Amino acid sequence: MIELRGLTRHFHVGDQTVHALRAVSLAVPDGDYLALMGPSGSGKSTLLHILGCLDRPTSGSYVLDGHEVGSLPEGELAEIRSRKIGFVFQFFHLVPRLTAAGNVELPMILAGIRPGERRARAAKALAAVGLTDRASHRPDQLSGGQRQRVAIARATVMGPSILLADEPTGNLDRASGREIIELIERMNRDGLTVVVVTHDPEIGGRARRILKLVDGRIASDGGPS
Amino acid sequence: MNALDLLRFAWAALKGHRLRTILTLGGMSIGVGAVILLTALGEGARAYVTNEFMALGSNLLIVLPGKTETTGNAPILGGTARPLTLEDCEAILRHSRRVRRLAPLSVGSARIGHGERRREVTVLGSTPELLPVRRLEVGIGRFLPDVEIDRGAPVAVIGRTVQMELFGPENPLGQPIRIGDWRFRVVGVMAAKGQSLGLNMDDVVIVPVASSMRLFNQLSLFRILIEVGAHSEIDSARQDVLDILRERHEGEEDVTVLTQDSVLGAFNRILGALTLALAGIAAISLSVAGIGIMNVMLVSVSERTPEVGLLKALGATPRQILKVFLVEAVLLSAAGGLLGLLVGYLGSAILSQAFPALPTRPPTWAVAAATAVSLAAGALFGVLPARRAARLDPVIALAGR
Ligand SMILES: Nc1ncnc2c1ncn2[C@@H]1O[C@H](COP(=O)(O)OP(=O)(O)O)[C@@H](O)[C@H]1O
Ligand SMILES: [Mg+2]
Repeated sequence: MIELRGLTRHFHVGDQTVHALRAVSLAVPDGDYLALMGPSGSGKSTLLHILGCLDRPTSGSYVLDGHEVGSLPEGELAEIRSRKIGFVFQFFHLVPRLTAAGNVELPMILAGIRPGERRARAAKALAAVGLTDRASHRPDQLSGGQRQRVAIARATVMGPSILLADEPTGNLDRASGREIIELIERMNRDGLTVVVVTHDPEIGGRARRILKLVDGRIASDGGPS
Repeated sequence: MNALDLLRFAWAALKGHRLRTILTLGGMSIGVGAVILLTALGEGARAYVTNEFMALGSNLLIVLPGKTETTGNAPILGGTARPLTLEDCEAILRHSRRVRRLAPLSVGSARIGHGERRREVTVLGSTPELLPVRRLEVGIGRFLPDVEIDRGAPVAVIGRTVQMELFGPENPLGQPIRIGDWRFRVVGVMAAKGQSLGLNMDDVVIVPVASSMRLFNQLSLFRILIEVGAHSEIDSARQDVLDILRERHEGEEDVTVLTQDSVLGAFNRILGALTLALAGIAAISLSVAGIGIMNVMLVSVSERTPEVGLLKALGATPRQILKVFLVEAVLLSAAGGLLGLLVGYLGSAILSQAFPALPTRPPTWAVAAATAVSLAAGALFGVLPARRAARLDPVIALAGR
């Protein structure tokens, strides 16, 4: 359960202050499927980063599963990211020198999970995204859609409760993009809370709920029209 | 993230930049190799000198005219220093029971000749005792005759080089040679010996000491070499010699008596300083290698900024990021250090093969120091880049800015 109240985020650029988020209040129940839309620079990514404990609000409160996390020190935020959050990015962010399986193992290595269990869980996560036969391929041997599927396997292998995807189809062709969204939706049906940033109205339209940001404020919040 | 995972991760990162890794390893191994090779050289020189002296036996006393503490040139004659004479030698032999053997030594430089051939050589004047005292050997013929110490004789023993140059294939024994304006007869040829304590023993002529002093018009001996019966008596023998000579020189202590140990000690100090200087030079190349590691790690961190952002998004703490890069730096420097040890040992092995007289063996302290420094260099020079990585803002890092 995500609860934001009066959340703001400022950036200081030179002597100017950029208001990326202005007084955002929002509740996202477990298992929700939310699309974040809005023009470029409206604060979508900033909001996603704060939701994922990768960034901290300037003011306001962020309560995650009943705990205030907006002002925790970095070490504890890392812990929350490790256990509860999975990130998927537009540009995949796979480590080029590691295989698909190696990339999926990364969050488990960081969490100190033993090699045997790591391998088994990575294999399972890769099977879940349909890449069993690509486990030992490096990213440059995979297509864009396959890379994003590796990224999804990596984001979900630790069993998080929230999946945050920042334009996950933005760098893919239509067909691959649809595959990715369907994969994410399947995981949502299995109980994962999903927040997807997208410019694509077709993808936004598939979500249970669309949040529209304009200039750092929530302009609209509701079901697909 | 346990140690093995860290190592594996660092290994993969280093393997990903093969050329850069190899170059950095090269820098480190040159640094460590230089420390080991140069200190081995310094130690080799010291061992060489020690061996040279030890070959003379450790029971040697060297008397030189003049009061001096240094071991360098012969003190200037005249002034207050009385000459060191053959009578002094006889007195020492007569009065000290601790002296086993004694060889006076006079040194001069003269033009020698046989027939048309001429040569400028060092002429040593001594007695038959020089042979055992300096551990010399005669090749053919005889050594100096056993005549009264103050009686000269027109006979000469020549070195191998002198024999070759003056006589060629001719048998030199019984042949006349000119030394300065004097005529001598060759009675023997020394066995080849080569360089010994700064003098090429193959390029000398040895004549009875009284003859050489007359030849060069010398009042004083250059040295008196004394062999003491036992090493344990060396200090009391030295005192004997000082006492005897003081009495003969009207109560003045105007000679210097060096023991083997004091000469060796002086050389050891000089060569020890040389070794340290070489180690210092090598240490500079080691620190250059350390800076090279820092440079490579800084480049690596800035190249892999998005990766750092990703690792943080996947739950890495700043401490873990720090460790990742630190382990990489230490792995790099440790591998370089290991390679350097190999280079150093190989190099000094090759050197001892090429110059068997120079026993180059890397000193343990240098090996230990080089290894420790190479490890420390990785940690020390890796800290700055690693901390930079650990402190990166994950959002900014992910954007690759
Ligand atoms: N690190 C930053 N420093 C300064 N300004 C930033 C930073 N991150 C985002 N911004 C600004 O905040 C606003 C919102 O950015 P962002 O959340 O990335 O928008 P969106 O993802 O909707 O395109 C923009 O004006 C952007 O320039
Ligand atoms: Mg964005």
